[in-house]
Amino acid sequence: MEIKVLGPGCPNCSMMEELVKKAVKELGIEAKIDKVNDIREIMKYTMSTPGLVINGKLKHAGKPLPSLEKVKELIKAAV
Amino acid sequence: MLKFFAEYVTYSLIGLEQGAHLADAIEFFIYDTIKIFLLLSIIIFAVSIIRSYFPPEKTKKILSHKKEFIGNVLAALLGIVTPFCSCSAVPLFIGFVEAGVPLGVTFSFLISSPMVNEVAIVLLFGLFGWKVTAIYIGTGLLVAIFGGLIIGKLKLEKWVEEYVYTFHDGQEYEILKQSFRERLQYAKDSTIDILKRIWLYIIIAIGIGGFIHGYVPEDFLVRYAGPGNPFAVPIAVLLGVPLYANAAGVIPIVYALMEKGLSMGTVLAFMMAVTALSLPEMIILRKVLKLPLLAVFVGIMTVTIIAVGYLFNAIL
Repeated sequence: MEIKVLGPGCPNCSMMEELVKKAVKELGIEAKIDKVNDIREIMKYTMSTPGLVINGKLKHAGKPLPSLEKVKELIKAAV
Repeated sequence: MLKFFAEYVTYSLIGLEQGAHLADAIEFFIYDTIKIFLLLSIIIFAVSIIRSYFPPEKTKKILSHKKEFIGNVLAALLGIVTPFCSCSAVPLFIGFVEAGVPLGVTFSFLISSPMVNEVAIVLLFGLFGWKVTAIYIGTGLLVAIFGGLIIGKLKLEKWVEEYVYTFHDGQEYEILKQSFRERLQYAKDSTIDILKRIWLYIIIAIGIGGFIHGYVPEDFLVRYAGPGNPFAVPIAVLLGVPLYANAAGVIPIVYALMEKGLSMGTVLAFMMAVTALSLPEMIILRKVLKLPLLAVFVGIMTVTIIAVGYLFNAIL
């Protein structure tokens, strides 16, 4: 599974990355997590950061961040 | 009922004597804290539900290829309800430009968004009443509309970083679908998220109102920025530009300034300068704007806000 966290480097974006790492670990799933800083790459998916992309599909955009449970759900749905 | 609760806590639970100054202050503090937090929760929740219907993607669509003036007015209004974190200012700016939103209209949005929002509205309403709140919203929108209009008229597109114009792939973003239940959840998360970030500032603001009420000695601020000084407004605005705080963070300062006898127009101008012009936001915007445009933006904002301050000092 490929997960991308989109964000130009604000506190919310780092929090999102931590959240995703935690969710992946708790679910015990093999996943490649990428933090995407490049504005061009981000804008392929959304204008609202932080963004969460799972297997090439946008699953969350903007504030407030989703809960850990919600992130787990999104990841599980994509397995 | 709230009043009753505040009285109960002050006189029965803490056991203070009625009529003592400290007791009055504590009663006022408890009453105001509960009142403002209730108001905040309800209004942030309601605004968040409205917000969930206006993601930036939709706002962009509404504003694209709009005529000047109508576009500026719409942009200033949408700035209130479109959720946007200052860290996404760059993708948002590029997205707007790419979608054909005129530069001046984009600026109206960027100006109104941090300045006029639900937190500012509730706090002003809770602490100063509806009249000041209405004035703040009205002039905030005016500053956003006219600031954007002027920038649009000056035709400054050449001072936008070139790479911004290379994003033309014309693609439309998918707007994530939400059920009403999810919107309610979003509103709840958003309310908790905002309250977590601002509660301390609010308590400080109310504390200033409750405990310093009437005690604050005249000091240098009044001498230099008090009602007697014709340059009070520009001084307050120039002091406010380098300061950075969100609407909640600036309220305690605003309250303290009012207590020190600064006039309403001076204080509102100060609040606008702090929220609408901030160094971190400038640094973020510098990624998409060349220095001259950034300077023009700051210049126009400063002048407009000073004008608003004078206007209110004159009519209030």
